Amino acid sequence: MTHERRLRIKTLFMVLVMVVCANTGDLMLKRGMSGIGEVQPTLAGLACAFPLTVSNSSIWIGIFFLTGFMLSYMMVLSWADYSYVMPAGAFGYAILTLLAVVFLHEVVSPRRWLGVVFICVGVLLVGQTKPRTTPAVREALA
Amino acid sequence: MMRFAIVLGLLIFGSTGGEIAITYGMKATGEPARLRPKEILQFLGRALCNGWFWAGAPLMALAFYALLVLLSWEPISLVIPASALSYVVGTFGAKYVLGEDVSAARWAGVILVCVGVALVAKG
Repeated sequence: MTHERRLRIKTLFMVLVMVVCANTGDLMLKRGMSGIGEVQPTLAGLACAFPLTVSNSSIWIGIFFLTGFMLSYMMVLSWADYSYVMPAGAFGYAILTLLAVVFLHEVVSPRRWLGVVFICVGVLLVGQTKPRTTPAVREALA
Repeated sequence: MMRFAIVLGLLIFGSTGGEIAITYGMKATGEPARLRPKEILQFLGRALCNGWFWAGAPLMALAFYALLVLLSWEPISLVIPASALSYVVGTFGAKYVLGEDVSAARWAGVILVCVGVALVAKG
């Protein structure tokens, strides 16, 4: 396997981990916060919500996945271009729409489907380019 | 309208500025030799000692706060499409600040993603 092909597979795998972690984390936070109910934006409201938040398992699972997102994001940026990772990460919007249709049986408007097609074509186009166009640290130091 | 534009500007500045600073820091940190727990923890330790990471984190926090403020003023169907502009601004930053080679295909992909995100958020 060539070096560039290996780099592309490693980058796309890490972007996939990033997207899955971000979406799962967001969904778990949403689930946790929905269980807690509306939080009043006052000192008393926040003080009341705090113990409920830190004792909610969904919130902790959400934090775990969002930590995973941040770590995978930091790692992928250590070798791949920002202009490659950033648009590829938008694939999450397309995945969320598909999950909403398959699992939640939501009705999706033609405009949203058009957006999903635009994102998929855009990500495919970016995916065809070289993941790294700047020298790696080890190469730069050499 | 003016306050919306100012806070949107802060959101785009914070998110792209923060991500560019973190990218710069991660490139300086160097990639983990292998994707195994020991190497990943060593990478995390090096990354957290990098000043660019700590320059980027508050900018991203600023962007998050600006997003919350915008969402409290306007519907999500306006805020998310408007914030999709950060894909274009970020690509300019990648090209001119980080020195990445942004090809025509990558530009086309970024613009399609930007329009796509706007359309998905509009519903």
